[in-house]
Amino acid sequence: MTGYPVWAIIGALGLGTYLIRFSFLGLIGDRPLPAWVLRHLRYTGVAVLPGLVAPLVLWPDATGGQPDPVRLAAAGATLAVGVWRRDVVQAVLAGAAVLALGGWLTA
Amino acid sequence: MTPFRRGVADGLPFVVIIVPFAMMFGVLATEAGLPLDQVMAFSTIVIAGASQFTALQLMDAGAPGVIVVASALAVNLRMAMYSAALVPHLGRAPLLQRMGLAYLLVDQTYALAAATYEGRTTWTTADRVRYFCGTALPVFPCWVGSTWLGAALGARIPDAWPLDFALPLAFLALTGPMLRSPAHVAAAFVSVAGALALAWVPWNAGLLIAALAAMATGAEVERRARAA
Repeated sequence: MTGYPVWAIIGALGLGTYLIRFSFLGLIGDRPLPAWVLRHLRYTGVAVLPGLVAPLVLWPDATGGQPDPVRLAAAGATLAVGVWRRDVVQAVLAGAAVLALGGWLTA
Repeated sequence: MTPFRRGVADGLPFVVIIVPFAMMFGVLATEAGLPLDQVMAFSTIVIAGASQFTALQLMDAGAPGVIVVASALAVNLRMAMYSAALVPHLGRAPLLQRMGLAYLLVDQTYALAAATYEGRTTWTTADRVRYFCGTALPVFPCWVGSTWLGAALGARIPDAWPLDFALPLAFLALTGPMLRSPAHVAAAFVSVAGALALAWVPWNAGLLIAALAAMATGAEVERRARAA
């Protein structure tokens, strides 16, 4: 970690991230968006999060990129309970429980 | 219940998710050799877990500083989509408020706000701003506090604990309740297939391409369902 201008990296990353968050909300403001744009934006969450997670679930760094049955089962439980119960916390608890149980069984 | 309190109540359960996730960052950053003030600066100035892990990983691997910043920013580009998605709900708030809201825009506050605003059409813009601030209240102090805890405990946390999986579980749990219609399911499917097929694309650009394709898919399925 030595040799890096860590403060400059934190500053650039912080400023850049803030500008990304501010972008549309800040610049468009109250100008109305066309219906087709709104129709696309309704799917932002489901378009980003599953794709972000998929490689982390299938190829976890912690196992050197090898699929791990315990992590796969925990991911499946989280998703299933989330769809079934429509509740984020119950979903996380289900996934954590499977992860803990699986880790204990395979230890 | 006031919109602010409703927001706090909706945001509170996320503490369960954020504690292990932020602790993990604190532990790894400390183990990688960052002093406490820099670890804390990451979590208060950047406040974007996935990109903080990316930056850390790349610095640990010895990548050039410019690459570190660019790759971590690419991970955060999804927030531009969140920013756009909130325009119809929060665009009428005064500029100063929008500047504040932008700082508080993370996956969790976005997911809660997007889901809640759709069902509460009678809320004024001010109500929506209060709700958003409410969701952020439990999330942000918890993120910063748990980063500190992770940095302080550091190597005392057993290696066998699969803390690395806190991030995927947190995001999967957000996804489940979003799958409300065939259009949402179709978009999620394209997102996963696209991200896996394009995982080789550098700069994390594969995810962004997959996300755009997924949004187009959701919009098209919705349009056909309405036309039918």
